[in-house]
Amino acid sequence: MVLSLVIISTVAAGLLAGVYLLTLDSINAQKAAKQEAARKAVLAGHEDGVAIETAVDGFGGQFRVMVGFDAEGNILGYEILEHQETPGLGSHMVHWFKNADKPGQNIIGRKAGSLMVSKDGGDVDAITAATISSRAFLKAINQAYADFHGVEATTGASQLNVQSDEVQGTEEVVIEVAEEDIEEAADEVKEIIIIEEKEAQDE
Amino acid sequence: MSNALKTLTNGLLKENPTFVLVLGMCPTLATTTSAINGMSMGLATLFVLVCSNIVISLLKNLIPDKVRIPAFIVVIATFVTLVQLLMQAYLPAIYDVLGLFIPLIVVNCIVLGRAEAFAAKNSVGLSALDGIGMGLGFTLALTLLGAVRELLGTGACFGFHLFPDNYGALVFVLAPGAFIALAYLMVIINKLQKK
Amino acid sequence: MVYFLIFISAIFVNNIVLSQFLGICPFLGVSKKIDTALGMSAAVVFVLTLATVVTYLLQMLLVKWGLEFLQTILFILIIAALVQMIEIMLKKVSPALYQALGVFLPLITTNCCILGVAILVANGTEKLPMGAEHGMLTGTLFAFATALGFGLALILFAGIREQLALAKVPKAMQGTPIALLTAGLLAMAFMGFSGVV
Repeated sequence: MVLSLVIISTVAAGLLAGVYLLTLDSINAQKAAKQEAARKAVLAGHEDGVAIETAVDGFGGQFRVMVGFDAEGNILGYEILEHQETPGLGSHMVHWFKNADKPGQNIIGRKAGSLMVSKDGGDVDAITAATISSRAFLKAINQAYADFHGVEATTGASQLNVQSDEVQGTEEVVIEVAEEDIEEAADEVKEIIIIEEKEAQDE
Repeated sequence: MSNALKTLTNGLLKENPTFVLVLGMCPTLATTTSAINGMSMGLATLFVLVCSNIVISLLKNLIPDKVRIPAFIVVIATFVTLVQLLMQAYLPAIYDVLGLFIPLIVVNCIVLGRAEAFAAKNSVGLSALDGIGMGLGFTLALTLLGAVRELLGTGACFGFHLFPDNYGALVFVLAPGAFIALAYLMVIINKLQKK
Repeated sequence: MVYFLIFISAIFVNNIVLSQFLGICPFLGVSKKIDTALGMSAAVVFVLTLATVVTYLLQMLLVKWGLEFLQTILFILIIAALVQMIEIMLKKVSPALYQALGVFLPLITTNCCILGVAILVANGTEKLPMGAEHGMLTGTLFAFATALGFGLALILFAGIREQLALAKVPKAMQGTPIALLTAGLLAMAFMGFSGVV
């Protein structure tokens, strides 16, 4: 009685192990291909651009976005890699923010860093009835931009994880940072040359 | 021959697993946000159902009665994992959409129910036909429900827009719409059967 | 605070039955009377929490040995064995409790919310409120809260169906259709919680 169960289980486990090994390469290849396809899509043909992946908490859980920037930090494109937003509402973010016919909601070509929905005083039109998803999406974009420069974005994104090999050549970037943040930023970028120092102005 | 034909069509209409037996409700409601999703789920279940029916029918004399259920579960879980691996390897887009509901085919009452009620008592050929019939019945029901929800919710059917999605009633794509759409489909089928 | 939010999120916002579609079979099957609904809910709370802890530990072993592909097959066997064990132990230790829960225990193995939640927690993909880390403690709390959410939905639904039994329902709608329709309205009410957490 136990024997027959053991035999069945062993055969089943063996069969699965075989199929697992057979499909392993293909599964990994699919994942790599997906990543590569997303990279190609967000860079939109600009080979000198940088693709950065970020993850934020949306309405229905965490979602992952890949954003492409050109050398000046303008958004080339984005792809949602994974999300659980409400179908028909938040899920519209897959296309919403790259609709070339609606400049109010299109973020392609814009400068990231402090993108905000119009409700919060920004100039990006949020997805109808999905403000939380829209806010989360823009936070992801700003966070990606922060990672791109290795400097904290104004919205308070907290992760800094630029890989040093993503920055190629010398880039001259004008950034305004508080003095205490420079040290932190210096850890992320190869070299910082301070060209001009200004006194912080009270706002 | 008529016996074989009867077995095959049994699952499609007379004992349709969704509309008549009311089994496997979780994937039925959860994965039918569009016609194509419903159909994919139905076909994945069909595959498991046919394979497990065949294997269990082959093994029915070798498995002692007392460990029948655990043995059935092992066989079913094996085929489910097989589907899981194959889908991940060759159909990753669909796998991403169906997600958790692929491993949950294991606890789909239809699969274990047919193993126990049919495959454990009948020949291999008939069991395979029963699996195909039941699986197709399930697929048909899920595709129908998916098409109805997609059409009412987004104005599309199999991805082709019939009217602009602004006119769609979004609730049909969301959770409550699943219950309501299935309820009214059942009402319509009940009405039709009476006549 | 985060732990409190896990409860709000799993019970109301992402209710396992009404928004995640897990555990529909017992939801429709044992909801004709409040008494049976209570028994089933208690059994689910018990088994789901325990099963999640056990499968979480098992998953750590599977990851360590690189055997993740055996997840489905091992989890369902573990759950089946666990349910059997609980049944035997209850019979010996507390016959009164066994009387109350016994009939529901065998049904639980094929309740997809047990396997579903176990897989979600083991893979670290359960829906937690913002700020909560995936881990053993949050996973267990999530499982417990989810089971409470299942219980709440089931008992509410049973209450409605008891009243519904007295109502005059059109012939074609009797039975499952009217139950599904009721569940749809209940799901709509629960949709009002979305965005709270």
